[in-house]
Amino acid sequence: MSEKYYFYPRWIRVWHTLNAILCLMLIVSGISLQYSDTDAPVINFQAAIGIHNFAGVALTFNYMIFFVGNLLTENGRNYLMRRKGLRDRLWKQLRYYAYGFFRGEKAPFPVGKERKFNPLQQISYVIVMYAAIPLLFLTGWALLFPEFILKKFLGFSGIFLSAQLHIAMGFLVSVFLVIHLYVSTMGRTPLSNFRSMIDGWQEAH
Amino acid sequence: MKLKTGPGYLILLLLVPLLFLYAFNLPVVQEADDPQELIVKGAENNPFSEENETCLRCHGEQKYELTDPVTGMVVRRPMSGSYYIDRDVFYQSVHWSFACLDCHLADYGEYPHALSLRFEPPYNCLDCHGYDETYARYKFEDIETEHLKSAHYTQTNGEFSCWNCHNPHSYQVLAREGKDIFEVVRNSNNMCLVCHGDPFKFGLVSDIEPTEIISTHNWLPNQRLHFKAVRCIDCHTEINDSLLVSHNMRPAEEAVKGCVSCHSSNSILMGTLYKYEAKESRREYGFVNSAIIRNNSYVIGANRSKLMNYGSLLIFGLTLGAVLVHTFFRIRFSKKHHNE
Ligand code: HEC
Ligand code: HEC
Ligand code: HEC
Ligand code: HEC
Ligand code: HEC
Ligand code: HEC
Ligand code: HEC
Ligand code: HEM
Repeated sequence: MSEKYYFYPRWIRVWHTLNAILCLMLIVSGISLQYSDTDAPVINFQAAIGIHNFAGVALTFNYMIFFVGNLLTENGRNYLMRRKGLRDRLWKQLRYYAYGFFRGEKAPFPVGKERKFNPLQQISYVIVMYAAIPLLFLTGWALLFPEFILKKFLGFSGIFLSAQLHIAMGFLVSVFLVIHLYVSTMGRTPLSNFRSMIDGWQEAH
Repeated sequence: MKLKTGPGYLILLLLVPLLFLYAFNLPVVQEADDPQELIVKGAENNPFSEENETCLRCHGEQKYELTDPVTGMVVRRPMSGSYYIDRDVFYQSVHWSFACLDCHLADYGEYPHALSLRFEPPYNCLDCHGYDETYARYKFEDIETEHLKSAHYTQTNGEFSCWNCHNPHSYQVLAREGKDIFEVVRNSNNMCLVCHGDPFKFGLVSDIEPTEIISTHNWLPNQRLHFKAVRCIDCHTEINDSLLVSHNMRPAEEAVKGCVSCHSSNSILMGTLYKYEAKESRREYGFVNSAIIRNNSYVIGANRSKLMNYGSLLIFGLTLGAVLVHTFFRIRFSKKHHNE
């Protein structure tokens, strides 16, 4: 029996559950809006607008839990990256996922008290949580209140540019989600990481 | 702050591919490509402008002077708003080069205007424009056919004429001139709102009370933005492929209500509001319905970057592929480990 760590305190689990539900709602309704079609509607356009607006606003408030929580608690430390040797560490982890993992090698950055995320997890969480999601809800709010957007920028309308940025970030988060879900199945057993997101405890692997 | 090293340059990193995308789609500065003959409008270029002053000294002023021919006494009387004509607006309108007397009988030169003049029916657009090569591209004849079928015409027993929308002293061509789309929308919608928003003017053609436009359109979210970005006629007329501006105003029940009519890649706006641009635009920016973007609008669902579409499909496919391959090896190797 390996060691157990209490990785996910209640506030993280609450935040993360809400976050996951809202993100899924946003992705599905967002795709439905972007690819809205007269013949094959994924969701009725008006309903999709309603869902998307509601979930976007809720996500923004939920994000504040994450942001403030990480400022106030130790958990924020997990999101600090050292630049030195970053590339080597990322490469090592990537090599492990692509090769060593199958050979039954030991993980190069085993999780433990000092380290909750491996370097790849860390960089993807930082990009998504501190760049993509903030950009998403900022541009989202801007589209909700377009009268505050710059009228023109580089010859394009501000609304248009905000929308493109919004779509690009939404896509990035969707890709992240696929990888995130998959990598989460690479715990001790395929389901163990999901269990830890429910009860908070994770076993070392 | 805690994130000393991370996010700053990461955000930059994220913006690079975006800038690349924009650079790809950046419009080249548009040179004026319409060879339209340069007509300079304005009173100074109208040979009749002096003659017109015989009318405009009264009709172009808020107050006009009347002189008693016997006593020589002068009084100043207000000119009623509906008889007032703004010189600047008139000399910029389509009929800027006209003398008042081209359309009005010469007897109007005298005041008080004779009673018999009031019984003269005004010209129709078709009297001058019908079957005339010069104006063939406007298709006046087809427009009239459409107008005669419209709810305006039928619900007012034929009292509704072209002049009710096309003010004889101010109408300017809008959509065809390729003007800023928001200006086109504002001016086109004003053609409707001056009447639908004014019970007095409405009462001139109907006995019923006009309804409140804002509240009858409350179902439309972001109503202010929509009314700035689409014309009333885009929802209220039946599309006619051969006309640039459809004129068959349908009863309210038949109006466009479904969002996807506009918010989709086969947006009706390409056949209505953006028709002129869609025909004229020679440059593609790699966007579906790029004419909308040229006009500084963005219509959810109707504007998709083809590059981004294919790019995202590719990236998504690669991601899923990687996941599948990885799963495959996981299953294979875990069997192997077990067998060992
Ligand atoms: C002395 C001032 C004066 C002059 C000059 C004048 N008008 Fe008028 N006009 C009026 C007034 C006041 C009315 C509205 C009262 C009325 O109908 O008598 C009017 C009414 C009209 C009407 C509306 C008639 C109707 O009942 O539909 C027309 C059309 C018109 N004028 C055209 C002209 C034209 C064209 C000229 C120039 C050739 C002209 N007027 C010169 C003062 C003037
Ligand atoms: C292209 C033709 C045309 C020209 C040019 C024109 N008018 Fe008119 N005008 C009309 C028509 C048509 C009407 C009647 C509109 C209606 O019945 O709704 C009218 C109506 C009027 C009226 C009555 C207002 C009303 O709403 O019924 C006045 C006053 C008038 N014109 C004055 C003038 C003066 C002054 C000029 C010159 C500056 C002028 N018009 C030039 C076509 C013209
Ligand atoms: C008395 C004759 C006459 C009547 C009535 C008339 N027009 Fe015209 N219209 C002209 C003439 C002539 C021109 C050209 C003016 C110029 O540019 O010098 C013109 C120009 C125009 C133009 C601009 C054409 C271009 O390519 O520059 C439009 C649009 C137009 N008229 C629409 C209308 C409409 C709509 C009506 C009826 C509501 C109408 N006209 C009634 C004679 C008339
Ligand atoms: C209910 C209002 C309404 C009525 C009635 C109406 N029009 Fe129009 N018309 C418009 C609007 C709005 C436009 C768009 C303005 C623009 O883009 O130039 C327009 C545009 C036009 C144009 C310019 C089209 C082009 O290809 O550039 C012509 C010509 C025209 N109308 C002629 C007529 C004639 C002729 C009649 C009567 C048989 C008529 N209209 C009746 C509202 C009306
Ligand atoms: C997005 C499409 C759209 C636009 C833009 C739009 N309308 Fe409508 N309009 C409708 C629909 C749909 C109805 C029918 C509403 C209903 O039955 O509940 C309607 C109803 C109406 C009615 C009848 C109201 C009543 O009480 O029955 C009038 C008049 C009208 N519109 C005028 C306008 C005018 C003027 C404008 C421009 C300022 C405009 N509309 C813009 C879609 C539109
Ligand atoms: C001169 C006044 C006037 C102008 C200008 C005008 N309308 Fe109307 N409109 C009316 C009247 C009057 C009715 C008929 C009301 C009735 O009897 O039901 C009407 C009816 C309608 C209806 C049908 C409503 C129903 O109950 O079915 C629509 C839609 C409409 N107008 C839209 C427009 C649009 C769009 C424009 C501008 C392009 C416009 N109107 C310009 C006066 C006007
Ligand atoms: C007649 C065409 C038309 C119809 C019908 C229409 N829209 Fe729109 N809508 C537009 C246009 C054009 C814009 C873009 C405005 C701009 O940015 O220039 C827009 C913008 C929007 C926006 C704002 C996006 C932003 O940039 O903030 C929302 C939300 C929206 N529409 C929702 C709807 C919903 C929901 C419906 C159905 C009830 C609907 N629209 C029906 C044409 C339409
Ligand atoms: C796009 C929406 C999502 C985002 C942005 C996101 C983000 C995150 C982040 C930042 C963490 C680390 C939390 C911490 O301890 O500080 C995490 C962990 C986790 N998430 Fe998500 N998540 C999302 C959706 C989901 C979904 C839908 C599921 C499963 C249904 C899921 C399952 C997990 C699991 C099992 C972990 C723990 C494993 C690990 O430590 O990597 N996530 N997620």
